[in-house]
Amino acid sequence: MKYIDEFRDGAIARQLGERIHAEAHPDRVYRFMEFCGGHTHALSRYGVTELLPPQVQMIHGPGCPVCVLPIGRIDLAIRLALERGAIVCTYGDTMRVPASDGLSLIKAKARGGDIRMVYSAADALKTAQAHPDREVVFFAIGFETTTPPTALVVQQAERLGVKNFSVLCCHVLTPAAVTHILAAPDAEQHGKVELDGFIGPAHVSIVIGSDPYVPFAEGWHKPVVIAGFEPLDVMQAILMLVRQVNEGRAEVENEFTRAVTPKGNVAAQKVMDEVFEVRDSFEWRGLGVVPHSALKLRERYAAFDAERRFDLHYQPVPDHKACECGAILRGVKRPTDCKLFGNVCTPDNPVGSCMVSSEGACAAHYSYGRFRDIPIVPAAPQARAA
Amino acid sequence: MCLALPAQVVEKRDGDEAIVNLGGVRKAVSLALVPEAEIGDYVIVHVGHAIGLLDRDEAEKTLALFAELDAAQAAEAALTTGGAAT
Ligand code: SF4
Repeated sequence: MKYIDEFRDGAIARQLGERIHAEAHPDRVYRFMEFCGGHTHALSRYGVTELLPPQVQMIHGPGCPVCVLPIGRIDLAIRLALERGAIVCTYGDTMRVPASDGLSLIKAKARGGDIRMVYSAADALKTAQAHPDREVVFFAIGFETTTPPTALVVQQAERLGVKNFSVLCCHVLTPAAVTHILAAPDAEQHGKVELDGFIGPAHVSIVIGSDPYVPFAEGWHKPVVIAGFEPLDVMQAILMLVRQVNEGRAEVENEFTRAVTPKGNVAAQKVMDEVFEVRDSFEWRGLGVVPHSALKLRERYAAFDAERRFDLHYQPVPDHKACECGAILRGVKRPTDCKLFGNVCTPDNPVGSCMVSSEGACAAHYSYGRFRDIPIVPAAPQARAA
Repeated sequence: MCLALPAQVVEKRDGDEAIVNLGGVRKAVSLALVPEAEIGDYVIVHVGHAIGLLDRDEAEKTLALFAELDAAQAAEAALTTGGAAT
């Protein structure tokens, strides 16, 4: 496909790999966090990690909306369907995230909950119009990419006077998560990850622009390179990060100029701002409670806020004890550090959220990387007569 | 979840709706967030919405950068192998 295939050229990927080998000093370590699950997926799927020298280490970040959705939030949605008789609409990946009592949205559906997968927020509103006698709740998750469509649909519901539609808003903010990782307020408990730079989000940055990352470069002295999700994009970004580190620079650079501008999509920001405001705090799976890191509906749209409409109260629920998603999302552990990886926990039967979406660190490693963990042992020389 | 793809706008309809061509598949998307998009433009489509425009000049520049790398590496290789190109 146009503007996709050109950025997957294997020969150029190898050349970029050679450049990175040539420019990365052998006597130092480069630790870069790819914030987005889309990058995690690209690194695993295209074997990019294999083209990197050992001193360049990629650390998975928390940037997969499904992975950072805490159990307590899914429980709210499940209860809306099972106890309040609402039709709950949500994006596909959300359906499989493990919740309390061995449930997930998909299992709650099997128990009779009216839970429907939608492709877009607009489909949720259409469902409400088709069932005027039922309450329809859109369980909205995602970073700044999925937020403007949710905002549009709320405005549209108001314009059309749809009375049986509301949104359970779980939209979260990227810069707040990056700040949290850098500040590591709970480092004593979970350990702190040393980072030399970030690969900045691709599609989130289309919406918010590259300017919001400037504080990380200036205030925290961490280089940030915004990159597209194709393998050449990611490799070019790694090369740009290596160069910044070598030159002692910490700047925001943009590899993804074909879609990202400094100011981002102003129309999208405007609609988000009209409908949403920042919550004081929000619990993330893995990161814990992060201040000013998520959105809720403004007072003006209170009628469409499922939390107010159904008087919902969030209850935090701890993750499965053995699941290491929390540490993985902070970048302090890898999927293979988890005892459950690949045996109890698989994409078909995920124990934690990182195994659910293909952009989750555990799922990406399970699908594309796990065979690399098996050391290649040279076959024993055969005692053959010469 | 965050995957979004570049697609070409092939038709504009009433309201914000447009038809895009996604690798041969025609799909209806909303242009509400990218009202400036015209027929022939590439937009990045995510959850049924165009969330941004794709700048073709910038895409070409990035590709040119890769091509340069290709050329530079070929030249280097030629030098190290004793300047076979001369
Ligand atoms: S392998 Fe499963 S249980 Fe372990 S950290 Fe990943 S998602 Fe959690």
